[in-house]
Amino acid sequence: MKATVRIGCGAGFSGDRLDPALVLVQQGNLDYLVLECLAERTIALAQKRKRQDAKLGYDPLLERRIVSLLPHLVANKVRLVTNMGAANPLAAAQKIIDIAQQLSVSVTVAAVTGDDVFSLLSGSEVALETGKPLSESGLLVSANAYMGIDAILPALATDADIIITGRVADPSLFLAPLVHEFGWSLDNYNPLGQGTVIGHLLECAGQLTGGYFADPGRKDVADMARLGHPFADVSSDGTAVFSKVSGTGGVLSLSTAKEQLLYEVMDPSRYITPDVVADFTQVRLTEMGPNQVKASGGQGQARPDTLKVSVGYEAGFIGEGEISYAGSNALNRAKLAGTIIQERLQDYFTDLRIDYIGSTSVHRTNFGHYPDPYEIRLRVAGKASTAQQAALVGEEVEALYTNGPAGGGGARKYVHELVGIVSTLIDRHQLTPQVTLF
Amino acid sequence: MTIKLYDIAHSRAGDKGNTLTLSLIPYKAEDYPLLCDQVTAEAVKQHLRDIVLGEITRYELPNLPALQFVCQQALNGGVTTSLTMDMHGKSLSYALLEMWITV
Repeated sequence: MKATVRIGCGAGFSGDRLDPALVLVQQGNLDYLVLECLAERTIALAQKRKRQDAKLGYDPLLERRIVSLLPHLVANKVRLVTNMGAANPLAAAQKIIDIAQQLSVSVTVAAVTGDDVFSLLSGSEVALETGKPLSESGLLVSANAYMGIDAILPALATDADIIITGRVADPSLFLAPLVHEFGWSLDNYNPLGQGTVIGHLLECAGQLTGGYFADPGRKDVADMARLGHPFADVSSDGTAVFSKVSGTGGVLSLSTAKEQLLYEVMDPSRYITPDVVADFTQVRLTEMGPNQVKASGGQGQARPDTLKVSVGYEAGFIGEGEISYAGSNALNRAKLAGTIIQERLQDYFTDLRIDYIGSTSVHRTNFGHYPDPYEIRLRVAGKASTAQQAALVGEEVEALYTNGPAGGGGARKYVHELVGIVSTLIDRHQLTPQVTLF
Repeated sequence: MTIKLYDIAHSRAGDKGNTLTLSLIPYKAEDYPLLCDQVTAEAVKQHLRDIVLGEITRYELPNLPALQFVCQQALNGGVTTSLTMDMHGKSLSYALLEMWITV
């Protein structure tokens, strides 16, 4: 057994930058690299791509990521654990094998499946958000359960160099290698809780190292253009020291660690995952040196019998239009334009949002102490059941050129398809996780 | 005198469905009791009354130290179907920091 295991996180979301992961694999002296690339709605969008082409449905950046990382993963003996499989881990694994053959590299890939529970749902299950049956949300298109380390551990027990999953809980991607390496028992809850703290701190990658932190003059972050992503040196008792590759940009401090520890956490004493109910309230963070923070003290209780399921549904379309006003009285001209649009569209849209960007568009208030800005951008958004109807919003905003107030410029119009997400719970025993080797 | 929370603390917003989480972390640990005393769930509810429609729960984490606010019905439906530009409500950390307290 190793004394410490070093795990790096090279991506915190599907659209994350590619370079920091490469730096971690080349210079990080890692045992494991994790790429966390699956947000709530990402998998529903991936399910739609899979329906159009059975060979798709995995992360759109998978090919670029694997092409750049694979030779270095193999040369430096770094195991990759990632949920880039999204809606189609089997196709993702095959794609990685294809890339490896093109690069003349030999790898074994383990695909972890079983999270797709769409066929197990009837639609009558209750949505946690609304308390109503799932089917009332709209036409259901996907259902993926958050699996835990029990789905990943069998893959780690093989000789696979790359473990690719669909939906698993984000911290489980990190906890699984720790349990695998240190042999932590699945009913020894404090190490599992502390391992979940480690996973939660790492899972958003750059957010631990100063990404999404900088506020010039107040929270300065050095060399952000070359922001490095984090890794943790974890001991067998779960104590972890977080750091980043020397020479990379960013900062890893008590402040960045605290922000990340609490990020998206509801009750800090009960952070529920498929592996453990973790308690963050006793976590101790200590600054060990520049860009080096130690974390210990995470605790836990027995895992729940149910797993959370993200259910995707068709939610119609959103139409948007924007146009700018500048100079004297810009806000009032924009507001006149907004009133005109409201009158022209109110018969077609029940839910129309009109924002004055630069004034109060983001929070609907400016807390009472900001002067009128020089420029205002009018933004209108409305939901519709068809793309054609949604397009009306942008068309009417564009028509303000010759049918609205003075001086409007730079109109833009957009239509997006909406995929909604609601959650439900499923008995974990209904799932049968599987590992397929390629 | 009165100061903004921005002067003594930092914050990050997170989202879960239509629920917003807001951390509040003092730059100096000695300011933590001041935050506990004045930045109550009720005070935050009043400050964010135009934004947060549901209940606000406050959690204390004295050993960080930090506060965590969990705000229900705060995100216009949530990330997937919201008509707002900031669907995640990520910018709302700075709305919290606009709050005034007395020192």
